[in-house]
Amino acid sequence: MNEASVQGERLGIVVGGSLTRGMEVKLDSATPIEEMAVGRYVVIEGQRSRFFGMITDVSLGTIDQQLTITPPDVTDPFIAEVVAGTSTYGKLQVTPMLTISGDAMSILEGPQPVKTVPAHFSAVRQASEQDVELVFGREDERHFYVGTPLDMETKVCLNIPEFVKRSNGVFGKSGTGKTFLTRLLLIGMVQKKAAANLIFDMHNEYGWEGTSEHVPKVKGLKQLFPSQVAVFALDEESARRRKVSTDYIVEIGYDEIEPEDIALLREALNLTQPAIEAVYEFASEFGYQRWLEGFFELSAGEETKDLLDRRRIHESSYRNLYRGLQKLKRFPFLVPHARDNSVQRILEYLDRGMNVVLEFGRYTDVTVYVLVANILTRRIYAQYRERTEKAMGEDIAQPHPLVITIEEAHKFLNSEVSGQTIFGEIAREMRKYNVTLLVIDQRPSGIDDEVMSQIGTKATYLLDNEKDIDSVLMGVSGKGELKTVLSKLEAKQQALIFGHALPMPVVVKTREYGSAESYKEFGFRDAAELKRKAEEEIKDLF
Amino acid sequence: MLTKIGEVIEASTGEFVAECYELHTPPPLGSLLRTTDGQVEIYGVVCNASTESIDPGRRPLARGREESEEENIYRQHPQLSRLLRTTFDTLVIGHGQGDELHHYLPPRPPRVHSFVYVCEGDEVRLFTRSLDFLAILLSARAGSVDEVVSACLRQAAGAHDDERAFLVRAGKELAILLGGELNRLNAILRRIKL
Repeated sequence: MNEASVQGERLGIVVGGSLTRGMEVKLDSATPIEEMAVGRYVVIEGQRSRFFGMITDVSLGTIDQQLTITPPDVTDPFIAEVVAGTSTYGKLQVTPMLTISGDAMSILEGPQPVKTVPAHFSAVRQASEQDVELVFGREDERHFYVGTPLDMETKVCLNIPEFVKRSNGVFGKSGTGKTFLTRLLLIGMVQKKAAANLIFDMHNEYGWEGTSEHVPKVKGLKQLFPSQVAVFALDEESARRRKVSTDYIVEIGYDEIEPEDIALLREALNLTQPAIEAVYEFASEFGYQRWLEGFFELSAGEETKDLLDRRRIHESSYRNLYRGLQKLKRFPFLVPHARDNSVQRILEYLDRGMNVVLEFGRYTDVTVYVLVANILTRRIYAQYRERTEKAMGEDIAQPHPLVITIEEAHKFLNSEVSGQTIFGEIAREMRKYNVTLLVIDQRPSGIDDEVMSQIGTKATYLLDNEKDIDSVLMGVSGKGELKTVLSKLEAKQQALIFGHALPMPVVVKTREYGSAESYKEFGFRDAAELKRKAEEEIKDLF
Repeated sequence: MLTKIGEVIEASTGEFVAECYELHTPPPLGSLLRTTDGQVEIYGVVCNASTESIDPGRRPLARGREESEEENIYRQHPQLSRLLRTTFDTLVIGHGQGDELHHYLPPRPPRVHSFVYVCEGDEVRLFTRSLDFLAILLSARAGSVDEVVSACLRQAAGAHDDERAFLVRAGKELAILLGGELNRLNAILRRIKL
């Protein structure tokens, strides 16, 4: 192996800077400034240790102010070449993130967060593949390869068991690749068996097959891991039309809808605040389980009027509520009494270590999504909580970690409702009960700050709304620098990932997904190959 | 084969004057010369050359009114070549001891009557491998130093395999040394570009 591949190409030297502002690096004259890119990794060779950092800004400098007023004749290639790097030079702003000390002890401990800066004139090199591997780990039974850093072939790996310990988020504008990355992350979790997944799949992207902009169809989780994934459907007809082999059709009984669920849908159902209060009145009248059925059974007669008077519900609130709740009646999966207990079924699958994808079929309405996700999650949460507490009390094994994936997360987690929904609670504290969230959203600023601050690992694609960027980067050290990186991401397939599961922020080009080779990498064997393998095994036997 | 071109007739640490053995054949401006102080080899760059009467009180007279060719003047007056002499001024830019070359001033000036040789090919390439001598040249008090620098670099470039690479390297060195003097830098660069 030659030296360059071990060390990486030399770029320049450190000429100033600070820990908070980042290091200022003067580029060597041989280093073409146009080949530098924000988000790329560099290694600074300090005297005692090596610093691993990221380029956060690229700028131009001149040795003399006069040059900017009377520029040299750069049309002459000779003069242009002489002036480059001497009278005029390129500068990089590098934020050091980790240190890799030279002694044996620190090699064992791995990279540590930076607490100091490299000395003046330390050499700066492009990070080599080995450096990146040292920082992000190698693909193994804990690490899942998500993509490659900018302009490098090295694999950036996520520590999946660490990843599932916290709630995580995938953010980005519509069409940047959120679904794509989410699918990868889900595959990672399924492949490494780090957690059971419950995926509320609003657009039918993850279960059986999904869409991609390059190829017409990509395989979903069920096709890759048939024995580990179950597809539940809310819309049997749509599933049948899409030729999805479903494991279970979910039905939700009126008795499973609680007043809190309706409160959550206040906006979607166009309900007034008094109408929401009326829901609680009905609940105490008919009981928490029977209230909706009771409500629908109310006739227009005197009896109802008496009830409204008794409960001090205004006529107009009742009418408002009536109109709103009628909408629910239109959904075929909402039935007065469900044939089976969907929550119990999901839990059974999850207990067996299976991953459950709930496809919403044609019901892409946010109302349905919020309602169903909330109802199911609340119950599953209650069960998990009970089990974990029991496990703690009796000193037995805790339940397998569960990751719940929700899209349009700001609908559940905005500051108005996050206090009421189960998702707000999970995001805030459910880590203790082995349940975490994977939230997918295009408007992170809509998510409650308190919830946002609890998100462990964030992956963000291009965002161009200032509020969204601020919200994603809230509380991250080096926010200003990351902001530059974030705003310069390419429109597709490039994501900035940072937080708990990674030692430092990284811009990755997400790994390829959708080709036959990519499926193979995930352990998928097509029918022909399976047959061949079986034949070989039979041959070996006899 | 080294060309012996003249003899030192006036010497100081920073510069020396030598007289050419042949009238009107001084080494070209900017060429690298070598002489000695008896122990170390002293290197210098030609910064000026002149031809004048050997007696400062007697200036030459114009003699060619009737001649059709210049050469006839010297043919008609053979004493002229004895009454005139060509001298050249050299800026000392380094010295060599044994195999080592140093691009700074020698401990002692050359001796008067030391022979002066013109360096060629390999010797020029070896000496100009390091460009540290540019700093000495640029700080010399002699007039039109910049002309000397550009002439010197143009000549030295010819001794290097990759002339352009050498000139770019030299140009970069100049750009650093002349950081605050943009006009001087530009002038030199224009003179040395290929």
